[in-house]
Amino acid sequence: MSDALVKALESWPQDGLPDNPEGWLLTVARRRLIDISRKTAKWAETQNALEQLVDEHGMERTDEDGANAFEDERLKLLFVCAHPAINEKIRAPLMLQTVLGLDARRIASAFLIAPGSLGQRLVRAKAKILEAGIRFDVPPAEQLEERLGSVLDTIYAAYTLGWDASYTDDSKSSNLVNEAIWLGQLLRQLMPDEPEVLGLLALMLFCESRRHARRDAQTGQYVPIGQQDPAAWSIDMIDEAEVCLRQAGSINRPGRYQLEAAIQAIHADRRRTGIINWPEIRMIYGGLVSFSPTLGAMLGYATACAECNETAAALEILDSLQIKQKERYQPYWAVRAHVLAQLGQVGEAADCFETAAGLSEDPSVRAYLLERRMGLGDG
Amino acid sequence: MQYMIMNYVLPDDFASDDRPETSADGPAWGAYTKAMIDAGVMVGGNALHPSHTATTLRIRNGQRELADGPYAETKEHLGGYFIIDVPDLDTALDWAAKNPAASTGSVEVRPVFR
Repeated sequence: MSDALVKALESWPQDGLPDNPEGWLLTVARRRLIDISRKTAKWAETQNALEQLVDEHGMERTDEDGANAFEDERLKLLFVCAHPAINEKIRAPLMLQTVLGLDARRIASAFLIAPGSLGQRLVRAKAKILEAGIRFDVPPAEQLEERLGSVLDTIYAAYTLGWDASYTDDSKSSNLVNEAIWLGQLLRQLMPDEPEVLGLLALMLFCESRRHARRDAQTGQYVPIGQQDPAAWSIDMIDEAEVCLRQAGSINRPGRYQLEAAIQAIHADRRRTGIINWPEIRMIYGGLVSFSPTLGAMLGYATACAECNETAAALEILDSLQIKQKERYQPYWAVRAHVLAQLGQVGEAADCFETAAGLSEDPSVRAYLLERRMGLGDG
Repeated sequence: MQYMIMNYVLPDDFASDDRPETSADGPAWGAYTKAMIDAGVMVGGNALHPSHTATTLRIRNGQRELADGPYAETKEHLGGYFIIDVPDLDTALDWAAKNPAASTGSVEVRPVFR
């Protein structure tokens, strides 16, 4: 959770709930940003200009219009941060800093950007906003769907980065997943009738519900999804995810995040049925990749095909992938290894397991992949 | 650009007197090395014998000073290094994050003068 939220939660029991809690939170986050910018002279010019832009639109109206003014401002800020003119790689850090008031050093760590250089990149991004004359506004109706897609992708990028985050229970440790889900919740508050907003939140909640099942409680070993104990999944998160997904479905405007969430819903259903309905998952992936062939979706599709014993099809999908820097992309090698193992191509599978292990950041994932490799040798 | 990646590990995690490949986390290092070679970024690297095998030499006021042990008494010791050739620091950091020493020790990344 961001510092501003933590501060709020710590002080409310003593000081009582402020009249305008959201406004107060935003004020605290803004003040922290202004403090930080004052300490770093380099940032001052563009930072303050952006702050002024926010302030002009929001702060003065707080006392009169109350919470609504701030909600509008946060929504506009989300759209500004995800604007296409801003470099893809800096959108998520920018959003985390400006909307959540997160510390730049923590953001830099998560995104593997050298701490000294994130500051510069954020300054350039903010300068770009002012130079390019990006309007501090929710986009007009004809641009909304596309621009909203960018906002969702940015939030999801932060979530997926946090997906392999360490499994400490330290509630104070910065965990991108919490920030991303918070942004997802915020967006749902601000745009409750947008099905893809609901879809993204459902997707993140379904995935997050499994967090504690992903590692063995005693040994810390990695537990693949098919072997997880559903009793360790968070029922509250699954319930909320299902509500979001149902709401989205009723609006009848399908989209990428809704489909991804639906796939996760099928996984979650194993707690009721005891099995994973792979044919249904494969069918949804088939639909998903036809209009949103992201790398993750293609790999998921290949996996689902393999689980349905269509291993040749799975391999075809993998071979067809054009991946930038494929040699660095761990998920490709992990899926390929799994599919080749299923096909009985032991030598190649071993090779891929080893590569996937070498590309893993998480030691328990690395250990799991090396074990799978060793397990092949005995076959 | 070339970067040196230095693996700092706890003394217990050092390769023993056996060959490094046969130590407990030998496979992890092997996998990491293979991934970098396959990606075409590996320039070179070596595992080092444990720091107690180090000898440090200084010359001060014309006098040679020899001490048993590494340059500095630190909690983590230099266990080995890689030199990789990658386009930028972000990419080098991405590889450093995959380094087996990252989660139990520390990994230093530094550009090499060419």
